[in-house]
Amino acid sequence: MKFELSKAGTFLIVRIGGELDHHYCDIIRNRIDPELMEPPIRNIVFDLTGLTFMDSSGIGMLMGRLRIVQAIGGNACLICENKNVLRILEMSGVMRLFNRCKDIADAVRGA
Amino acid sequence: MMKEINRMCMEFPAKSCNEGFARSVVAAFAAQIDPRFDELSDLRTAVSEGVTNAIVHAYNGIQGEQNMVKLECVLYKNTIEITITDFGKGIEDVMQAREPLYTTAPEMERSGMGFTIMETFTDDLFVESKPGAGTKVFLRKVFTVNA
Ligand SMILES: Nc1ncnc2c1ncn2[C@@H]1O[C@H](COP(=O)(O)OP(=O)(O)OP(=O)(O)O)[C@@H](O)[C@H]1O
Ligand SMILES: [Mg+2]
Repeated sequence: MKFELSKAGTFLIVRIGGELDHHYCDIIRNRIDPELMEPPIRNIVFDLTGLTFMDSSGIGMLMGRLRIVQAIGGNACLICENKNVLRILEMSGVMRLFNRCKDIADAVRGA
Repeated sequence: MMKEINRMCMEFPAKSCNEGFARSVVAAFAAQIDPRFDELSDLRTAVSEGVTNAIVHAYNGIQGEQNMVKLECVLYKNTIEITITDFGKGIEDVMQAREPLYTTAPEMERSGMGFTIMETFTDDLFVESKPGAGTKVFLRKVFTVNA
């Protein structure tokens, strides 16, 4: 699993690559949540471009972060191209709740 | 009767770091029959769900050498059968547990999609469980024969 955090204005940018399962979701959650408590951050972008595997643990992790940003009046965006990952995101309804963007520039436009 | 080509069995402690290990083992084992890439991906996802359930739910998340998960695979010409067994708390109502979005662990950010994913990504799913004794999840995946 590859994981990288950065910031742009009100956006927290989370890049995740490789394989995302329960083991790594626990690690990622603990890294993201403290950052979401730091103003002016209130939006989150998940860049899953490099993700090759995700199971239901990823659904729970994404939905949990969505709930946090919604509670602080922000939005959640998702960048994803991998067919297997997209299938899981669509099946579980995650795709409908996130704004789908084509890249980071697209996601943070107007930040 | 299908002719068995190969079989394997392994046991590992219910630790989250073994989720990736279990997926990789199954994928490497199935490679012998040269499955299609997308079908192998589906299998990896289904195995991940079954093993994660054993690690997250069966032993209430308690990791340790005394809490084991057993993984068995039998390989046929174009089919793989996988059994994931734990010796944990079991499931009271399997029918209910298999329903989409049903979870007993929302506080752990579980979404209740595991069984639904296993069902969608394989050809057969059987679940056998006995409260207090453990759970056995049987998966069968039939691969498209490569031309
Ligand atoms: N091996 C097991 N031992 C005990 N209970 C289990 C086991 N596997 C599943 N369950 C029960 O069945 C429920 C549904 O499982 P399922 O995998 O569909 O969803 P989940 O694990 O709760 O969430 P998700 O898989 O989306 O993260 C679980 O919440 C749990 O109560
Ligand atoms: Mg599950």
